Amino acid sequence: MSDSTASLRPALITGEKSLADVTNDICAPMERKPTGLWWVAFSISATALLVGIAAVWYQIATGIGTWGLNKTVGWGFDITNFVFWVGIGHAGTLISAVLFLFRQKWRTAVNRSAEAMTLFAVMCAGIFPLIHMGRTWLAYWMVPYPNTRGSLWLNFKSPLLWDVFAISTYLIISAVFWYVGLVPDLATIRDRTRPGPRKRIFSILSLGWDGSARTWHRYETVYMLLAGLATPLVFSVHTIVSMDFATSVIPGWHTTIFPPYFVAGAIFSGLAMVLTLMIIARKVMNLEDYVTPKHIERMCQLMLSMGCIVGFAYGTEFFMAAYSGNPYEQFVFKNRALGPFSWAYWTMVCCNVVIPQLLWFRRVRTSLAAVFVIAILVNVGMWFERFVIIVTSLHRDFLPSSWAHYVPSLIEIATFVGSFGLFFTCFLVFCRIAPAIAIAEVKGAADLKGRKISQTVSEEQAA
Amino acid sequence: MTYRLLRATFAHEDDLIGAIRAVRTQGLHIVDAFTPYAVHGIDREMGLKPSRLTWVCFICGMTGALGMLWFEHWTASVAWPIDVGGKPWNSLPSDVPVAFESAVLLAGLGSVFALFAVCRLFPGKEPNLAGPKTTDDQFVLLIDEADAAFDFSNVNQLLRQFNVVETEECVVEGGNDR
Repeated sequence: MSDSTASLRPALITGEKSLADVTNDICAPMERKPTGLWWVAFSISATALLVGIAAVWYQIATGIGTWGLNKTVGWGFDITNFVFWVGIGHAGTLISAVLFLFRQKWRTAVNRSAEAMTLFAVMCAGIFPLIHMGRTWLAYWMVPYPNTRGSLWLNFKSPLLWDVFAISTYLIISAVFWYVGLVPDLATIRDRTRPGPRKRIFSILSLGWDGSARTWHRYETVYMLLAGLATPLVFSVHTIVSMDFATSVIPGWHTTIFPPYFVAGAIFSGLAMVLTLMIIARKVMNLEDYVTPKHIERMCQLMLSMGCIVGFAYGTEFFMAAYSGNPYEQFVFKNRALGPFSWAYWTMVCCNVVIPQLLWFRRVRTSLAAVFVIAILVNVGMWFERFVIIVTSLHRDFLPSSWAHYVPSLIEIATFVGSFGLFFTCFLVFCRIAPAIAIAEVKGAADLKGRKISQTVSEEQAA
Repeated sequence: MTYRLLRATFAHEDDLIGAIRAVRTQGLHIVDAFTPYAVHGIDREMGLKPSRLTWVCFICGMTGALGMLWFEHWTASVAWPIDVGGKPWNSLPSDVPVAFESAVLLAGLGSVFALFAVCRLFPGKEPNLAGPKTTDDQFVLLIDEADAAFDFSNVNQLLRQFNVVETEECVVEGGNDR
């Protein structure tokens, strides 16, 4: 690669690849039979999903008394898992939309799979509030439609209702963004598939895409518009999730720092999940030339910066509690660090603030094993963050006689396991049926043999 | 009506861009170019005007925002006014988040459906492929032969400077611009 840009920046993908190589490499995993490893992973995930379905069935049929909640701790695993999954969903849009606007070309290695993760994570998240309602079959009451109850409309002053709109908009726009990005790649697969039912399916899904420059021109405009829309959307979603807490009067929740704190935490956990999955996927799917240690390192840098913001927010919360002079606020934070749930608090601090500091070292960032372990610990830490915020703020309320402890029931744990089952089952199926890397975007962004300016012509013209 | 077109295939995006520039300087009419990915700067070389889809996006977004603001106002203070914690019936700040989400939803869906409509992309459409590998690694340029300035050997000569892989004359039926 004697390209002028190659000397300025390391190549986005390694190995001398032509355009056709990119198509072949990325399509290969979905065209060969699934490996034994895939079947093992799929059976584990599908089993977890079945456990989850059984648990959800049971708790809807029996009632949410099957949970470990009590009159003091009214939000527990359900809302913790909801916020956790919504958070995981944020990295996809960050990578596909925000980094697109910032012209970060390395995003092309991971944007497709991160967008898929967003979609699946938001699906997992959506399940929890639906069950949490208790009478899930009346969930459609959240939709504003003329009804025979008055018409009694919705309470648009409630952040919980804002959440309904935010999450559903986020799910729809993420799905649309993902599909629009997929259309040219689906056409690529259509054109390399032998006639048959498979070709027919890809033909329908690719909408007759032909790669005309006029179509690309409009497509690029709309892709940019979608990125521009998704960027404020992703910030609004977790802002609104944080307002579920911040607009209440519970000490520990009622703070103005929540929106930025939640958004940073969401991106932090999302990046950790993308890293966890991509480190495995690049190996299993032979995509090591496309998701290189360079990409992993970039994501680590982002994750480190988000981790520092989260750590700073933890500190700010304590400072504000002390500085406010509000004894209830001060008690909640003392109780968080030293009370019965202090183990959860310190797990969170270790996983989210202390351990990610290792990423300051280049040697750690470039070691895939180390990054993998750190990413998993960050996932654990971010789950505990939501648990700490929700449960420790509630379990010792204003009236000491109603103080209570919270232990999740088996049903709640099974539901949580089930949500992981749903997420991984969807992801594994996605890896089989759609290109896990955006083929057209990689071709456009990487310096490939097929893209390189033909030296002879440019030299002739110069002469 | 039938069109006579010259179909030129390239292997590199820079060759295509160079050829487009040269062909247009000769005063020839380019029907379309087909590329496996969005080639940077091809719109400028082909003289494509900025897409008006941004306006569709803007109008849909405004419809979403204003429509939802009106709806929130109407439901909360006209149709069935409810007192929520003593707040005014029509409290604008609490209407903003949902109005924003509605703006994003309509703007996003509106511009994507407009894109599909304008580019005539729909499920079941038979793709109008200019070459077997235009979605893989081929770049195809279609030049209008009906043009008075068109001279086959001249154009061939010109394209050869840009490492053209293959040229072929073809006749296309139909009234649309391809």
